[in-house]
Amino acid sequence: MARVELTRFPLIKSAVKNRWPQLAVLILMLAGYLFAILAGLIGTPVGSHNFSIVFVWIAWWATLILVAVPFFGRGWCAVCPIPLPGEWLQRGAIVAPPDKKPKWLSLRWPRGLRNIWLQNISFLLLALFSSVLLTTPNITGIVLAGMLFAAIGLSTVFERRSFCRYLCPVGGFIGLYSQTAPIELRIKDKQVCVKCEGKPCYNGSADGYGCPWDVFPGGLAKNSYCGLCMECIRTCPHDNIAINLRPFSADLAKPSARMDEAFKAFIMLGSAMVYAGVLLGPWGAMKDAAYSVGTGAWFVYAAVFLAIIFVIMPSLFALCISRFENLTSFKKRFATLSTALIPLGLMFWVAFSLSFVLTNATYIFATLSDPLGLGWNLFRTAEAAWQPMLTSVLAPGQTLALVGGLIWSARTAQKAANEAKTPSIPVLVYCFIATLVMLWLLV
Amino acid sequence: MKRSELLSRVLITVAILGAVGMPLFFWMGTPLIHAQIAEDGGWSPDIIQAEVGQPLHLRLTSDDVIHGFAVGQMEMDAVDVEPGKVKDVTLTFDKPGIYTFFCTRWCGLNHWRMRGTIEVNGSNADAEPVPAIPLYVTLNLDIDAPHESSVTPSSQPSAARGQQLAGDLSITPFTDPGFYRANAPYQLFEALAPGNLSDPERWDVVGFIWQSNTTPEALANGKRLYAQNCAACHGENGAGDGVFADDLARAGESSMQNMTGASGMTMKTPVDFTDPRQMLGASPALLQGKILRGGMGTGMPMWGSIFTEEQIWDLVAYLYSFQFEYQGEVQ
Repeated sequence: MARVELTRFPLIKSAVKNRWPQLAVLILMLAGYLFAILAGLIGTPVGSHNFSIVFVWIAWWATLILVAVPFFGRGWCAVCPIPLPGEWLQRGAIVAPPDKKPKWLSLRWPRGLRNIWLQNISFLLLALFSSVLLTTPNITGIVLAGMLFAAIGLSTVFERRSFCRYLCPVGGFIGLYSQTAPIELRIKDKQVCVKCEGKPCYNGSADGYGCPWDVFPGGLAKNSYCGLCMECIRTCPHDNIAINLRPFSADLAKPSARMDEAFKAFIMLGSAMVYAGVLLGPWGAMKDAAYSVGTGAWFVYAAVFLAIIFVIMPSLFALCISRFENLTSFKKRFATLSTALIPLGLMFWVAFSLSFVLTNATYIFATLSDPLGLGWNLFRTAEAAWQPMLTSVLAPGQTLALVGGLIWSARTAQKAANEAKTPSIPVLVYCFIATLVMLWLLV
Repeated sequence: MKRSELLSRVLITVAILGAVGMPLFFWMGTPLIHAQIAEDGGWSPDIIQAEVGQPLHLRLTSDDVIHGFAVGQMEMDAVDVEPGKVKDVTLTFDKPGIYTFFCTRWCGLNHWRMRGTIEVNGSNADAEPVPAIPLYVTLNLDIDAPHESSVTPSSQPSAARGQQLAGDLSITPFTDPGFYRANAPYQLFEALAPGNLSDPERWDVVGFIWQSNTTPEALANGKRLYAQNCAACHGENGAGDGVFADDLARAGESSMQNMTGASGMTMKTPVDFTDPRQMLGASPALLQGKILRGGMGTGMPMWGSIFTEEQIWDLVAYLYSFQFEYQGEVQ
């Protein structure tokens, strides 16, 4: 399928070229984010009636994993409020052109950390505490505030959006899965970029800021590290940057062979499976262990969680592919073939999320009217009763997602196997078994 | 500063004030009474001030599980306090004093510790009634002393059979409420002349006399109070096997016994009202005393500030229905 340039349409073009529509959404998001922090800290401690829990972990998460990531890739990053205060502080301006001289330290991010390992760790840190984080408004408020302050702190020390690029716990997997999305930001003509003087898309100009994500758009080959902030569309003097509609998972045809990204795929796949077992499964003792942070049982849970992600799943994968040796190095084959786990992992998360989102979505109505649990009834929905939604389509929907994910990953595996010059069968077997386990856990 | 920069800064300031300032303002103007299980602090605040004759508006919310709210010594229906929701309650006190409010839902092991006080100030036209001295005090009863009955019936005494037998007996001295409240059933059993009656028949007469000292309404009220306040520990059928009974025993073993200087203060397994030796050896006055004062370290709460005297007598009457087969079903 050919690509369709969306920025060819004047309405879309002017909506992204003009910074005000996006800024308006960003300010709204920032207001919502700050309100979520406030609700977490002063609102009712009952999670199901607190804005911070219901709107962050149910409404936002559902939108992110079921809509934003699969269809818009890093679309969430385009409107994410977390980097804004730090960025405004860093630039000393909201919309005005930046000063030539940096206001803060503006250091380059350390070379050894220019990968997503820190994001892998930050995600896992939250994941290990997720049972408490997802249900306790106070903790959610503190974590949200912590991310905001971390982003502000990093903005004063390092240049651009270091937090988004290297530390954000969700940014890592959004980037990984954004490769599957049918949308991309790319240059139109490489030669134009080659000849372009000053590279305002990277360095900034009077029309906008240099790429906050530290990416030179001329070299963009995949979605992972483009935050769709639209600055390059505003700064490009040659109108050489487009947003395209493209086939799903177009980026995965040319897999990268980075171990940090390969392990991200294992982390996400494994986490979805552990969550499905612990949060949705019938094993009360596991739930208790996951919830009892700091106890011996929790340490066992954490150790098992980490072992599954870092040892068991990668080892089994390595074992599967090790029988077919060829000239490509094992490390490269491992990383390349793990690309097949990206669509599989995404669909695992879709299937897992469907379950708790449909179960808990009705809390949104009551919480909308009484977000702090103070007895308000802003939209006359405060008394809306909790009721699981669409229960009859849940299991078929999950099965469809998992089987669809398996087929999708099989196709990706074939392409990755061609790239690594090795048979795809071992990867298919691995994905098939993982899907069976997930089906057993969920359906 | 350019206009666009100024506009964006204004917009952001307005958004932050709207998202944080306004909710904070309303939050500060909405005082709530928070309920949490006793282990996490119970009611907060747990002391509330009020004025005689002035409506007291309370806004209650639960921070964990479902709790109930009621005020002792007061005619009011308990209200449920649900997690994350707010319940409005308006109370008006016509007498000054210190009232106890308490949780009416079995929210946790220490549910009965969930209490607070409402200090009602002011004066009213009526002179404040002098609190009645409880009967157990008047009778100088040691309510902590063992009170086992040395005789017990071989089968459950029947008030209906007792009524048939009583027609031929001279029982007038025993039907007086004063006698009933001050004596244990076994004392009446012993006082009834054996005459031509067998032991089971004497117990039937005791059952009849005990029932004649109460009414179906009082028994029904006692049953309701029992189900709401006592059954959690003493069990729905009075056998001392309520849902918290095992936990209370465990808690007693793990905590109270280890307290320095409190080796005697052991949480006990809740009393079994179906045990004839215990119940037939206890007078209504003794049971009233135990309910009024509580069990002093045994885990039995003090109900004197919550139940009215009439409610306690109703409850006592109901407790004997675990021993005697009363006529008509207790509603």
